[in-house]
Amino acid sequence: MSYSEIERQWTTRLRRRFVHLLPPEKLLPDTQPTYVSSWIYVFGVTTLSALMVVIASGCLLAIRGPQWWHTSSVGHFVNSLHLWSVEIFFFAMVVHLWGKYFMAAWRGGRAMTWMTGVVTFLVSIATAFTGYVSQSNFDSQWISTQAKDGINATGAGAYFNVLNMGQMLMWHIVLLPLVAVLLTALHVLLVRVKGVVPPFEEHVEVNA
Amino acid sequence: MRTKKFRPDVDVAPWKGGYSPYDIVKEATIAVIVVALLTVVLAVVFGSPDEHAITIKTWSNAAPVDFAVTALSELNGTSGVAKYGAPYNTGSSGQALGPLTLAKWVGPRIPVNTVADFIIDPLKALPNQPLLTQSLKQWSSASPSARSSWVANYTTASSNISFAQGQVVINAPSAGPVPLMINDLTEMARSGALDQALVTQAGFYTTDYTLPLLFLADGSYLANQAERQHLTGDRWGMMNETGNYPGQAWLWLYTFWYQVPPFSHSGNADVLVWGLMMVLSVGLLLTPFIPGLRSIPRLTRVYRVIWREHYQSLEKS
Repeated sequence: MSYSEIERQWTTRLRRRFVHLLPPEKLLPDTQPTYVSSWIYVFGVTTLSALMVVIASGCLLAIRGPQWWHTSSVGHFVNSLHLWSVEIFFFAMVVHLWGKYFMAAWRGGRAMTWMTGVVTFLVSIATAFTGYVSQSNFDSQWISTQAKDGINATGAGAYFNVLNMGQMLMWHIVLLPLVAVLLTALHVLLVRVKGVVPPFEEHVEVNA
Repeated sequence: MRTKKFRPDVDVAPWKGGYSPYDIVKEATIAVIVVALLTVVLAVVFGSPDEHAITIKTWSNAAPVDFAVTALSELNGTSGVAKYGAPYNTGSSGQALGPLTLAKWVGPRIPVNTVADFIIDPLKALPNQPLLTQSLKQWSSASPSARSSWVANYTTASSNISFAQGQVVINAPSAGPVPLMINDLTEMARSGALDQALVTQAGFYTTDYTLPLLFLADGSYLANQAERQHLTGDRWGMMNETGNYPGQAWLWLYTFWYQVPPFSHSGNADVLVWGLMMVLSVGLLLTPFIPGLRSIPRLTRVYRVIWREHYQSLEKS
């Protein structure tokens, strides 16, 4: 195989493009601009960490099936881990979102980073909701019968039946987490490609 | 060559300041450990709620009259589900967003016939009930007007319905087979057989609880239990969960709209709130491109708190 043949390979081109877009020093940086010095930055990594705990506790719940946590004290504890990691996840995510809003973090060609973050937030809400309605307890009975009217009124209820526990569980453990994780990965990669948004240019006025 | 005008809410100047050491792997590792520990502490201290699901058996034993009256409402077509419309039936045109009747357009894709699904089919599944078999035969061979007349007579008499010694007590002599059907369905429910009959209509294996949940929601018992658990408060209910737990607090804006006019008084509240939330979500998504909305961060100057150290260092230099 000739050198030019290798150069034309899809794999070679894709690797070149990826490395050009996100060289290792950008993907795993060892320095950061001095303005990245605020507690608000903690909430992004907290959201990611909580997502990892959410997924880990969800996987533990999946091992013994959806009824396990109702009948086992260990299972109930794992469910508690799942619940509280979700609460931390949303708390951190909302603070992160508001922080990024007030930093106008879309500046400098970062609109796509903002948008993937917003869509991840909305998908996460749907993921949590499907979890609440597939708990197979009184809460899921009440929440699903309350929520059905809103979704049915849009016409979507014909395809997304919140009273169908099996459908909701599948969306909760397969489809929505897959989308949420992919979007999160894309969001983080975009943050690494574009870097953290710099502060507003006020120093011009200060120096004047 | 033309130079582009600098737009402060869109553009940034290249960073010409300094850099400081940053161990991203160490930071991520510490964050995961701290969040995991915090999760364990919260789980140990607060646990999580798990109130048993209500069954039709528990409902009909705890409130047999409510069950019998609900069964009657499924039979006479006055229940919530019977009058619901899409996606369950054509009982109403459903809610409208201006000229758009979205649910009606999609149609009854999850068909529910309250008479057949909640009353007749489950009763047919009861074995060795000669009187019931005879009543069901009488029902199926009767004309629609005769059925309506029986049901109407039973409905009129139901203002004095009661339950005693395991039987539904009602004085409805001109109601044909209806008294026996309602009584036997109540007995079936109290034995637990109706729970099973409603979920096994699709076969042996099932994970679809649409029918029993719709039946439960048509009665008062589920709502009363929710009231007892402080889950209602009009429609905040969807974000709440039992006990003193935060629930889906992130749905506060969605549930908030149901509390305020015009949504709180509108027959189209659900579709209006969904429409509004869709618009707000798109607004949030497109914030970087919406003049005015994207300027708020610069104008409110909250960023000075966030980048406090940066601006302090600029002022010193």
